[in-house]
Amino acid sequence: MGPGFDFTDTPVSTGTTIMAVEFDGGVVIGADSRTSSGAYVANRVTDKLTQISDKIYCCRSGSAADTQAIADIVAYSLNYHRNQTSKEPLVWEAASEFRNFCYNYRDSLLAGIIVAGWDEERGGQVYSVPLGGMLTRESCTIGGSGSSFIYGFVREHYRPGMPKEECIEFVKKAVQHAIFHDGSSGGVVRIGIIDKDGIERRLFYNTESGESKIAGSQSFIN
Amino acid sequence: MMNNAFAQPMWLNGPAPGQFYNFMGGNTQAELPRELTTAGPFGTKHSTAAITTGSSVVGIRYAGGVLVAADTLVSYGSLARYQNIDRVFKINDKILLGGSGDFADIQSIKRSIDQKMIEDQCCNDGVVMKPKSLASWLTRVLYNRRSRMNPLYIDVVVAGVDEAGVPFLGNVDLRGRAYDDYVVATGFGRHLALPLVRERKPKDRDFTFEEASNLIRECMKVLYYRDTRSIPQYTVGICSASDCSVKGPFKVEENWTFAETVEGY
Repeated sequence: MGPGFDFTDTPVSTGTTIMAVEFDGGVVIGADSRTSSGAYVANRVTDKLTQISDKIYCCRSGSAADTQAIADIVAYSLNYHRNQTSKEPLVWEAASEFRNFCYNYRDSLLAGIIVAGWDEERGGQVYSVPLGGMLTRESCTIGGSGSSFIYGFVREHYRPGMPKEECIEFVKKAVQHAIFHDGSSGGVVRIGIIDKDGIERRLFYNTESGESKIAGSQSFIN
Repeated sequence: MMNNAFAQPMWLNGPAPGQFYNFMGGNTQAELPRELTTAGPFGTKHSTAAITTGSSVVGIRYAGGVLVAADTLVSYGSLARYQNIDRVFKINDKILLGGSGDFADIQSIKRSIDQKMIEDQCCNDGVVMKPKSLASWLTRVLYNRRSRMNPLYIDVVVAGVDEAGVPFLGNVDLRGRAYDDYVVATGFGRHLALPLVRERKPKDRDFTFEEASNLIRECMKVLYYRDTRSIPQYTVGICSASDCSVKGPFKVEENWTFAETVEGY
């Protein structure tokens, strides 16, 4: 910051909160909806849950451009692979492709990605591909700038083997807590539930009442 | 990153200041994609320093085999991010590898090593690579990368036994520096574990398995007390003529009782 600092030059980033949790038979993924460009909110209704294949999605954090480009390439590559083999891609295959990109180009990219989905071989899986390009599977993982604020919350309230509805409530609450504290996260909470039948999307509003529309104070005089 | 200190008389007719100069003679690195060999100047300028890191690895050689131990933590700066990661790997029936430093680079070098082991199996001659050979190969790879100003930010312990059952314990670092000894360690272990083990070494013989195990337990305890980037859970790889496997995770012994006797500061 100094003389000549220009707001329009700050890169667009998905300063973000993203999260994914495995349950028996699938995964629950969640994210906020704010894309920020420095202090400006470029998009307040972003969808950060990006489809890679029918039953594999990724949650993107870091540079919006970088993660969109990589997600497009991985989705294309897996679609080609699916056409060639007539088999649905494995979640691990998607995660591995993400990792290869994020590792080989690590000096030029700012991308922290969570890959989650369902496949026939291993059921619901969640993989974490953080900044340096390592790959690891976790049953519950959080990412993005907002995740720093909810490590304690997640540690306290996560139990392995939670049923689906509990997972949804847990992810919703966690993302809401992160949005509360993180300036780079905001908007609505987008949730996706992926199982053998595909994805079911849900949307939760971050308002006090949970309503999508809030009337403001009408008058400043009693 | 490339500084103008390179612009000196010896560079007459050489590359422009800041340009990478290829010392390789015939073998240009232009053959390999840039991204894979040099720290990239394209796009956003991010440091190639380690991002997700593993802390210490400790190895001890005893009469008949080797032990390699590391905690199960991969840190993200000061954040204890991934707390259930195995950092000791079985490479083949005769070799263990303990990895510290940037974990993405560890996963990358392990992939290359696994490919080598598969090639070995394809030869189908019953011969598996020896730990000393792997250590030599790693030295060359790491030295080459550092000479091209694009290091693999890792510090590894290579351990195992050769076909005669003679144990080997070595350490190779990110600059390609290698040595072997009866005790090796990386990171904080180098400062805390090495002196601890060296002090207990009997002058005239190797450690017994019991002595080595107890020393590992004690080293992991001290490292947990005194390394901020550690957790009290670790895995241990054991390699002898009869068995090569990674065991664990184990818990570190802790004693905080004396804390109540301290007051004031």
